[in-house]
Amino acid sequence: MATREIEFRDALREAMSEEMRRDVRVFLLGEEVAEYNGAYKVSKGMLDEFGPRRVIDTPISESGFAGMAIGAAMMGLRPIVEFMSWSFSLVAADPILNNAPKMLYMSGGQFGCPIVFRGNDGAGGQLGSTHSWCVESLYSNVPGLKMAIPSDPHDAKGLLKTAIRDDDPVFFLESERMLGMKGPVPEEEYLIPFGQSIVRRRGADVTLISFGRPVHFCMEAAEALAPEGIDCEVIDGRTIRPLDIEAFVRSVRRTNRCVVVDQSWPFASVGSEVVAQVHERCFDDLDNHVHRVHSDDVPTPYASNLEQAYLPNVRKICEAVRSATYRA
Amino acid sequence: MQGQRPRDEGQRAKWTITDLRTSLLPSRFMSSTASAHSDSRSGGGAAPEAAGNPAAASANGAAADPSGRPAARATERTEAAPAASLAAELPDDVLLGWLRDMLLIREFEVRTMQAYQEKKIGGFCHVYIGQEAVAVGCTAAIERRDPMVTAYRDHGHALARGMDPRHCMAEMFGRIGGCAKGKGGSMHMFDKANNLFGGHGIVGAQTPLGAGLAFATKYEDEVIEGRRSDRVTLCFLGDGALNQGAFHEAKNLAGLLDLPVIFVVENNGYSMGTSISRGTTMGHDISVKAAGYGIEAAVIDGMDVMTVYDAMKPLVDRCRATSRPAFVDMRTYRYKGHSMSDPRKYRTRAEEEQYEASDPIGRLAAWLESSRGFSKQRYDELAREVRQQVRDCVKWAEASPEPPIEELYTDVYVERFGPYLGTSPPQMLRDGADEA
Repeated sequence: MATREIEFRDALREAMSEEMRRDVRVFLLGEEVAEYNGAYKVSKGMLDEFGPRRVIDTPISESGFAGMAIGAAMMGLRPIVEFMSWSFSLVAADPILNNAPKMLYMSGGQFGCPIVFRGNDGAGGQLGSTHSWCVESLYSNVPGLKMAIPSDPHDAKGLLKTAIRDDDPVFFLESERMLGMKGPVPEEEYLIPFGQSIVRRRGADVTLISFGRPVHFCMEAAEALAPEGIDCEVIDGRTIRPLDIEAFVRSVRRTNRCVVVDQSWPFASVGSEVVAQVHERCFDDLDNHVHRVHSDDVPTPYASNLEQAYLPNVRKICEAVRSATYRA
Repeated sequence: MQGQRPRDEGQRAKWTITDLRTSLLPSRFMSSTASAHSDSRSGGGAAPEAAGNPAAASANGAAADPSGRPAARATERTEAAPAASLAAELPDDVLLGWLRDMLLIREFEVRTMQAYQEKKIGGFCHVYIGQEAVAVGCTAAIERRDPMVTAYRDHGHALARGMDPRHCMAEMFGRIGGCAKGKGGSMHMFDKANNLFGGHGIVGAQTPLGAGLAFATKYEDEVIEGRRSDRVTLCFLGDGALNQGAFHEAKNLAGLLDLPVIFVVENNGYSMGTSISRGTTMGHDISVKAAGYGIEAAVIDGMDVMTVYDAMKPLVDRCRATSRPAFVDMRTYRYKGHSMSDPRKYRTRAEEEQYEASDPIGRLAAWLESSRGFSKQRYDELAREVRQQVRDCVKWAEASPEPPIEELYTDVYVERFGPYLGTSPPQMLRDGADEA
């Protein structure tokens, strides 16, 4: 397959544009997506191609436009709702959590909600606490939604195309810090199915499981630990709902040690859920309890040094891996 | 939908209060109907009062309407009434159909309260008694292809829209024969075949959805089909939802994007136990709450189904033609409490009686009697027929099995994966044809 290097944001745009060419029921709405070309230039040029009927600027009114898009999805349209930041989705909690994921159930199968909510998740760079939300733990608690969290341009495109074609509501978590990241993306069309993780690095001593941006921190940590004689396997979960627990279990049964790296807060989190499921399935295979690395259990700080210390960084991952492998 | 059209700010700034309240019916019917058909209100079988209700009501003061709102037909602004009543031109069978629908809703709700007290219905339950003219008159003013969405006091809308009452009752009984297989309950009536998009339990949550339904019909008509938008969405809400942020956002979007949606505020004067004057600024004239969004508003007497139709039909036609949203202050009254647990201590019995005296069922029956030779005997036959239908529907609901335990894991996702079993439509849709 012929590939080229493109940015994460370009991959997202290609996914949306290709799906909008393919299906007239797909449209994009959100703050600054049209005339401004996207607050982060993800939708750059899409207004020119698709016009204002399909690339729609909304007022700063998340609850209103998220709810409106859900109503449109109930009628069978396929909206893509861009949240400039997932932090702003909190004011739309009722529509995105109480309507979209429950509509099919509450209507006894009559009305589905084929919608994609997407935007930046996680700490950007000294944005302070209100703008640095990692919503994966908070939102993945809700049955009825799916959640994808790509870590590179290739996955961003393939997963977003799958999300747009999915008949269920998909929460698609991007990262401002990765939008400029370049990576190889095939020229040809491809889709990445949900619920299929990918092994980013083969290793024998310990399994690192992560999602989204911290996958890269895991890769750095794995390189740093190699000289110490610790051979890390790194798995990128790709989607949180569905969760590819079978693949995690296969790996842990081979390495017998596991560290879960999740950028959200530790309490009742994606990390704690993965740990629980691994323990349930691998109790007799584990040489140590499953360790986990999170953002610290405090509001996201502004100061650069504090923010760096707060994130699930390479230092924290290395410490957890050494502890899990009894090298501490 | 905003398109690239230049903003016509002048036009946008122009909003009008269209006063469509004036009933065209001779006033004597309004005051005389209740006595003319004194047995009509419950369709047989007086509705049971909630225990301990009436005596304590005087604590609230005894203004004619302590909610602080003037009666719909007593406001100052008036315009020339239309030359003739649209409803008065309709054939007998249509008007009798409205009467039957209102009787059906009334009787259905009486049986609902009974079943609730017998613990056959659980959870929260809000009955529509008193407001029947709103759902029936509004539904008559739209077409079946027009989407409709409402809040949690939704049984009346479901029945007016054409849902078989058996499926509505079975839903409340938590049975597989319910419109949502017993998974939604009283507050979540959905009927895809009749374009009813719920039944929504969170106050105001349905208003952005209503904007979205209108967005979708317009998108389908104009962007996909390449023709003019010609569907109208009716989005019902209570006056309690006036103060939800979601509704303000929905109004702004509807005004901004030219969405063909009519927000019908079923203004019964109370959000739960809080009268509109205690909870809402400008509660005496909520139509001004449309003005800030450039949305045309109307005030309608919702206690008279012919008035509702006469006022709604031109609004719907205009909305269909112009794709501009509208706002309706539909003055109505719920005879019963907010929910089944509400003893109504915040209002007087005298106030309730004032509204009951202009009962929508009695008013239509009286008009039919005087203008169409409708007899008391015909009325009694109709009431008997409806009573039997509702009795049968209760029996049908009781006979419907509980949902099989597998239903726990169906309809979570369309896709089948992990423990989730995919989705399947309810019986109502599968064999809707022979059910009807």
